[in-house]
Amino acid sequence: MEMASESQRHTEAAPALLVKNVSHRFGDTLALDNVSLEVPRGTFVVLLGLNGAGKSTLFALVTRLYDNVSGEIRIFGYDVRRRASAALQRLGVVFQSRTLDLDLTLKQNLLYHCALHGIRGREARKRTARALEIVGLSDRARDKVRNLSGGQARRVEIARSLLHRPALLLLDEPTVGLDIGSRESVIRIVRSLVDNEGLGVLWATHLFDEVQSSDLVVILHKGRMLFTGSVPELLATTGTKDVSNAFRAVTGTTTTELAA
Amino acid sequence: MSLQSAATGQHDAQEAAPASATWDMDPPRLGPHAYLTCFKGIVWREVLRYLHQRERFLSALVRPLLWLLIFAAGFRQTLGVSIIPPYETYVLYEVFITPGLIGMIQLFNAMQSSLSMVYDRETGAMRTLLVSPFPRSFLLLSKLVGGVAVSLLQVYAYLAVAYFWEIEPPLYGYLTVLPALILSGLMLGSLALFMSSVIKQLENFAGVMNFVIFPMFFASSALYPLWRVKESSVVLYQVCLFNPFTHAVELIRFALYGQVDWTSLAVVLGCTVVFLGGAIYAYNPSKGLIARRGGPGAGV
Repeated sequence: MEMASESQRHTEAAPALLVKNVSHRFGDTLALDNVSLEVPRGTFVVLLGLNGAGKSTLFALVTRLYDNVSGEIRIFGYDVRRRASAALQRLGVVFQSRTLDLDLTLKQNLLYHCALHGIRGREARKRTARALEIVGLSDRARDKVRNLSGGQARRVEIARSLLHRPALLLLDEPTVGLDIGSRESVIRIVRSLVDNEGLGVLWATHLFDEVQSSDLVVILHKGRMLFTGSVPELLATTGTKDVSNAFRAVTGTTTTELAA
Repeated sequence: MSLQSAATGQHDAQEAAPASATWDMDPPRLGPHAYLTCFKGIVWREVLRYLHQRERFLSALVRPLLWLLIFAAGFRQTLGVSIIPPYETYVLYEVFITPGLIGMIQLFNAMQSSLSMVYDRETGAMRTLLVSPFPRSFLLLSKLVGGVAVSLLQVYAYLAVAYFWEIEPPLYGYLTVLPALILSGLMLGSLALFMSSVIKQLENFAGVMNFVIFPMFFASSALYPLWRVKESSVVLYQVCLFNPFTHAVELIRFALYGQVDWTSLAVVLGCTVVFLGGAIYAYNPSKGLIARRGGPGAGV
């Protein structure tokens, strides 16, 4: 694969995220089968896959919940196994499940997460304020998370993931369960981080309408990576007019399977 | 970037200025200060969460008080307690079971925090803890100390109320019991931490109560002196002796009177090391049980 050469480059030029030839097995199940993908700096990459495609396993490996046993995973050139600390310092994650303490205020939650990265005092307060500003919730700093709507809580999760100023952001199905308005605002915030601040983003989803023509797309299906490239390439290869049909063509899934 | 800045004599930070508000290409090294910040942050969160859960706060206080005010009052006449160390005179049954109740407070607290960790695992709070750049064993240990801090609040609140019920250990006892409480808290906490990683479905607290808390509590020296147990059943006596909880209780009992029970100290220390080692192993990303089982919360 062409991305193989990327890992040879110096860290300065290394992609935000490099996953190379990673397989992972749970008992008899092969959750990931020789997966390789890359998130270049300042790029919005959509990881498309249905439930059970292996997205969560991939996220668990990249966030080093457990180690990859084969292949390599590098964040800005830092191997997540050998240089875990350096890699994790450059990585922000928005998990699918909620991670905030409902009974604590937004500010208390965010200060706790600053502490998890060793950031304290005035600097922590400054970053908390800035992160809330980015997601448009500055006026809610002293509210309890319990009193937020689903969309607002999601935005706080994004603010949380930005506190240590990572240059790579991973989001696992960040819009699941949100209404249309909230979805749009979450997508807008993250896209502006890519466009204006140069973050690299890996956005896992099964919602095809979240893909824009300028994005890179990675299609993961039943643990195997079936396509990686730009949207025009995807449409050209499959001879289809939209991402949803292209996905069907690539994976051989039917409409009923997609709905499930 | 560094080549360029060296050539122009510009500072890196200056060059990165437009983006630096959002990201750090070169995050600071994590020095001792950062470790301390992380440690304090984790402990403080545990305490804050506890103080916000009024029910948990109240039940942690009411449970031992019920035992003290009702159970012990009823049992007082039935069970004669002879003079055994560290007591120098006959003591009221209430006085005798106080160390046992303190142990119970810590046992409940440890199991509850273990349960919350399973819950955390499902929600993702554990995941955010584990993506912190600090070593995982340090993160788990901090979390453990947070749980112990909460149990100390509970124990001292109980001792304060018990004081008015004629549970009056010497004043210095309140201080000398502290290291014992920290140790026993660490032992029970690390046992619970280990359980949280091994047991995938700690479905409800009732299960933990029946299979862990009650057996540990009843088969110990918490409610009756061991010589009494020996009189009725030698087997049970042996079980009690092997129960680490017995030694946690005895450690607390002696410490409350400014004394050290060396056997118990050794057992509690040893058990802490074993349980904690197990927990750290279980949470190790490459060797641990989580990696093998595919948990927490990571479906395929």
